[in-house]
Amino acid sequence: MQSLASPSTHRVTGSERIGPYTLLQLERGDLDPGVPGQFFMLEAPGRLLPRPFSLCLAPPGELAFLVDPVGPGTQAICELQAGDRISVLGPLGHGYRLDVGRPLLVGGGIGIAPLPYLAEQLGGSPAVVLGFRSEEYAEAAALLPGAEVVIDPVLVTEVMPGGYDVFACGPEPMLHAVAELCPGAQLAWEAPMACGYGACYGCVVEIDGALKRLCLEGPVLDAARVRTPVEVVA
Amino acid sequence: MRILNASGCLDTLAAPEVARRLDAFVTKTVTPLPREGNAPPRIAEVAHGMLNAIGLANPGRDRFLADHLPGLRELGIPLWVSVGGFCAEDYAETCSQLTDLEAVELNLSCPNVDEAADSAAEIVLSCRRATELPLYAKLSAAHPNLAEVAQAVAAAGADGLSLINTLRAVALDQHLRPAVAHGSGGLSGPALKPIALHAVSVCREATGLPIVGMGGVETGRDALEFAACGARDIALGTVLFKDPGAPARVRAELEAACDDAGVVKPEDAESLAKSPETGRKVPA
Repeated sequence: MQSLASPSTHRVTGSERIGPYTLLQLERGDLDPGVPGQFFMLEAPGRLLPRPFSLCLAPPGELAFLVDPVGPGTQAICELQAGDRISVLGPLGHGYRLDVGRPLLVGGGIGIAPLPYLAEQLGGSPAVVLGFRSEEYAEAAALLPGAEVVIDPVLVTEVMPGGYDVFACGPEPMLHAVAELCPGAQLAWEAPMACGYGACYGCVVEIDGALKRLCLEGPVLDAARVRTPVEVVA
Repeated sequence: MRILNASGCLDTLAAPEVARRLDAFVTKTVTPLPREGNAPPRIAEVAHGMLNAIGLANPGRDRFLADHLPGLRELGIPLWVSVGGFCAEDYAETCSQLTDLEAVELNLSCPNVDEAADSAAEIVLSCRRATELPLYAKLSAAHPNLAEVAQAVAAAGADGLSLINTLRAVALDQHLRPAVAHGSGGLSGPALKPIALHAVSVCREATGLPIVGMGGVETGRDALEFAACGARDIALGTVLFKDPGAPARVRAELEAACDDAGVVKPEDAESLAKSPETGRKVPA
């Protein structure tokens, strides 16, 4: 992790639409791309607070982030164009442990974001299963050639093969379902963050039975640390 | 002018390099019993500010004293402990157990918990009897008679004032539901600065006490404006979230802002704001 000083300024080198998402490329500068699953705080132009994103790809001399324009901050980031400059802080938090035997990458929706860089760092073309809500969203699967893709109402957990070391990222219900099937899975969690380094106390998630800051504990958590909601049996 | 952090806006143990760039570190508020804090979501961005509803999450007095304070001392920077509670005895009991600190800040104004039943002056008086450490009373600008509250805590023995805390506020999400689970939260960030400058000015004139000014300080120029209104020191809050390098940056900018304003040091700006030549003064 870089020492916590002021964020550094980076030039946008490209911005590419992939389905409803935008792949934002930045000059890397002195930033370390970090471990897959770690995150960076990106300035959202015109907004007070930066937004957290895991690294999607690390082309030579660049860093690329996959952004879903879900609110004014992410929309402002998606509107950035080559030549614009934004401030970036990172890498932050704890990423995935890569020392596994049979990796399987499981992504849901924008949860695909950290998986291309993860696949690259794991090497050897790991198995990948991706789920999306529609064909348009599924265009993002192009970031992981060879992945098995399912579209809603089919869920990734219905097609996940057994016997793998699972790396997952996606919406909370998906992560809970993956945790149920694979208690040894590594799950990349998400929460609103103002700072990304433990200062704001805003990003708490129930971890080990207590509210803890995701930016310090995660964002990648062992499935056993996250309580699965008790299902109400009718 | 010293640069502190606003209580609850920095975890020194998680980011010691940030705290070491401050002139003093103010802890998150310590309450008698442990508090897990509010359920998420706890934060929401709004125009020119943000809401937080953390809910005074803290390990409680006993664990703070036994486990956290020793680690904070190892950092070797001056420490302020922020003390909270629900009655005067809560505050006084914690104060009686604190030693060897630069100051104690009494959080009399957290917008995310119910207000203490006792008045600010009663709490300060109880704490004054419990400790000889310098006591700073952190007041809310929401008091309609802030100058009177400031005078009352000064009379009760406060050594200084911390102004201001966040202001209770509501933000709604796209479905018109409260954006933070607690319902309301504390508004912080640049939106607070004009309110904070007024509160500092009013309380400075009413009491003459040293004041730590806070609320929307993002730049050295902001810090100088607080000095002009009568703040001796300033604290950084929300700006730390987007810029952990803010303490060093604001300090450097403050020097430049002094040069631009033609003052040697920030406290000289206070007389500037009351210049008889222009007839204009900061309205108290």
